[in-house]
Amino acid sequence: MSTATTSTRSVPTRRRRKDDTKLALLFIAPASLGLLVFLVWPLLTGIYYSFTEYTTLTPPQWVGLDNYVRLFEDPVFWTSLRVTILYVVINIGVQTVVALLIAVLMQRLTQSTILRSLVLAPYLVSNVVAAIVFLWILDTQLGIFNVALGWIGFDPISFWADETWVIPTVALVNVWRHMGYTALLLFAGLQSIPSHLYEAARTEGAGEMRMFRSITLPLLRPILALVLIMTIIGSFQVFDTVAVTTRGGPADASKVLQMYIYDNAFAQYQFGYASALSVALLVILMVITFAQYWMTRAGQSDLD
Amino acid sequence: MTTNPLPLSRRRLLQGSAALAAGAAGTTALASCGTVGAPAGATEIDYWLWDANQLPAYSAAIDMFMAENPDVYVRITQLGWDDYWTKLTASFVAGAGPDAFADHLARFPEFVKLGVISPLEGLGELDALPADHFKQGLQELWTGQDGKRYGVPKDYDTIAVLYDKALLEEEGLSEDDLASLDWNPEDGGSFERMLAHLTIDENGVRGDEDGFDPKRVARYGLGADAGIDYVGQTTWSAFAFSTGWTFTDAETWGTSFNYDDERFAATIDWYFGLVDKGFFPPFGMFGDSSPVQTQVQTGRAALGMAGSWMISTWANLEGLELGIAPLPTGPVGTPMSMFNGLGDSISAQSENKDEAARLIGFLASDAAQQAIGERAPFFPATDVGTEAAVAAYADRGLDVTPFTDRVDAGETGLYPLVENSAAIASIMQAAFDQCWMRQIDGADFASYNERVNALFR
Repeated sequence: MSTATTSTRSVPTRRRRKDDTKLALLFIAPASLGLLVFLVWPLLTGIYYSFTEYTTLTPPQWVGLDNYVRLFEDPVFWTSLRVTILYVVINIGVQTVVALLIAVLMQRLTQSTILRSLVLAPYLVSNVVAAIVFLWILDTQLGIFNVALGWIGFDPISFWADETWVIPTVALVNVWRHMGYTALLLFAGLQSIPSHLYEAARTEGAGEMRMFRSITLPLLRPILALVLIMTIIGSFQVFDTVAVTTRGGPADASKVLQMYIYDNAFAQYQFGYASALSVALLVILMVITFAQYWMTRAGQSDLD
Repeated sequence: MTTNPLPLSRRRLLQGSAALAAGAAGTTALASCGTVGAPAGATEIDYWLWDANQLPAYSAAIDMFMAENPDVYVRITQLGWDDYWTKLTASFVAGAGPDAFADHLARFPEFVKLGVISPLEGLGELDALPADHFKQGLQELWTGQDGKRYGVPKDYDTIAVLYDKALLEEEGLSEDDLASLDWNPEDGGSFERMLAHLTIDENGVRGDEDGFDPKRVARYGLGADAGIDYVGQTTWSAFAFSTGWTFTDAETWGTSFNYDDERFAATIDWYFGLVDKGFFPPFGMFGDSSPVQTQVQTGRAALGMAGSWMISTWANLEGLELGIAPLPTGPVGTPMSMFNGLGDSISAQSENKDEAARLIGFLASDAAQQAIGERAPFFPATDVGTEAAVAAYADRGLDVTPFTDRVDAGETGLYPLVENSAAIASIMQAAFDQCWMRQIDGADFASYNERVNALFR
């Protein structure tokens, strides 16, 4: 509600207030409808299905906590959780450092719009396309990357079929795609840091490294925290890259949680169990997000 | 026709360029083939299939059907293997599935369980279609546990050894040398000796010579696709069958798997043991970009095992003169090939089951089988169709009898027709991957077998 609507000084204003509400509802309606239909309703039905045995073709049957009991006893679930966490650690770790570096370079070094847009280019490529392109680039037989490794005297590495390489490979492919976008978000945060602070620091004789540690990082903290929360949530939901490249192999080494959920739901028609797995993912994400929000004090800023 | 029961395999996504081109051709022909729409008064029914290679043959046969049955108009839809099952599932959920569709053994038990495909009993002329109209055992594969039929056999496939004739000449070998090999799980027999001889390391040393380096192999005796699954249709199953091993406790609808059998363990140890000897590519050496036919084409492998649905793909490879040899003779005294049959099923949701039944009944008729066989890059389910196909291949200079002989002589093992195939695939994949990576051996499959058998309890 705007402040104007709280004014009751004259009749015309009051009449306008009535109109305002209707108009507001009208404006809110599409978004709310979308939220209800595509978010709230699926969320509620998903939670309901997690207590049922459901094939989508026959009516759901209530089974109580069976799916959750099974989940705790399912070794593949715990493997997939471990794999997912490894992925998130590598993906977010590398991505955040690289994105921060790019953002600072964009702010401190260049004003070129072309360069700034170029950094964003990988984000314009769809995940599936990026995955297919890297599937070929890193192919053991034909991949240009492995050919290049051969030139400098290394044996080809089977990035997609080696248990130790597969998750780092998937993680780094997604870093490539997302780093520009993350850098842009951080860059926006950097822009809000007043330039006079840098001027003052420079007058005091501080170098770029010192300014980065004492000005940029502390003042960027709230933005960085928010970006981290967003990217971690996204990272936990990795699916398309894995679905296109390895389908969870070799021997479940890249079976991330979403892949396992998909496999249960769409290959085995176990939508009930898949829903329970999804609810587990939701709970994990909620806990991580709240913990992170609290730890990084994302709501406060040191910038007054 | 592939063994992969999962809906979204990258194998399909990134198959060799020939398949991609075929796929592209199929896509342009997608949706309604032939005329623009149904003539007035005709009942419109939908027929779906996944194999782009089969589209021309089926279009021709269905045109014949529509000429004979002007009151029915058939809309053909062809979708790639992955999209096919995803879309089929989604359209069943939405109640908008096809009336009749090409179905796979790895899928249809699930469909029966979900009640989305209709038994064929009581559907007009299909009742009069005897099982012996088809190649032996095919109708059995399409019979449910309730004794009812859920599909009309459409075509079938077997396995053989494929190679480049030029290589054979280079090696000074005759076709008979390849046709008379034997195999056993202990020392691999003359088949393994052949593989050893055909394997060459980077220094030009052969696999059966001193100083051979199994870690640096230029040409493997036997090629391998990127993945080997619980069915092993074109890989280990031929060897396992030839020891007398069977997948389950029953021919069809078994409820107890035999991955803990000694014969299976010995076969698997021999098969993946070829990796240690250097005659077979290690796990991950060839990805989806380089399937078996590409390995043989480029000289990275000497021999390849492949299914009959791949004959055309192999025959069209540039710079390769296709030769076909039978599988080696195993301990049971004959070669043994996996025998898989595809079928046409009718949707339980269809409002035009009678028209759909007329269609798939017609597709099984001699006239249609002849027409399909003549254009076939595969083997239609009846004798008439198969003969037409064999003749069509012979016209192209290809002797495909190493494939068909297995069926005629009864030297086949059935594709495992069981419930829970997707869950089994998921459990066993980890075992096969690890065994290929040489982390576990044949005896370790017993614990996976436990998990598989638990699905049936």
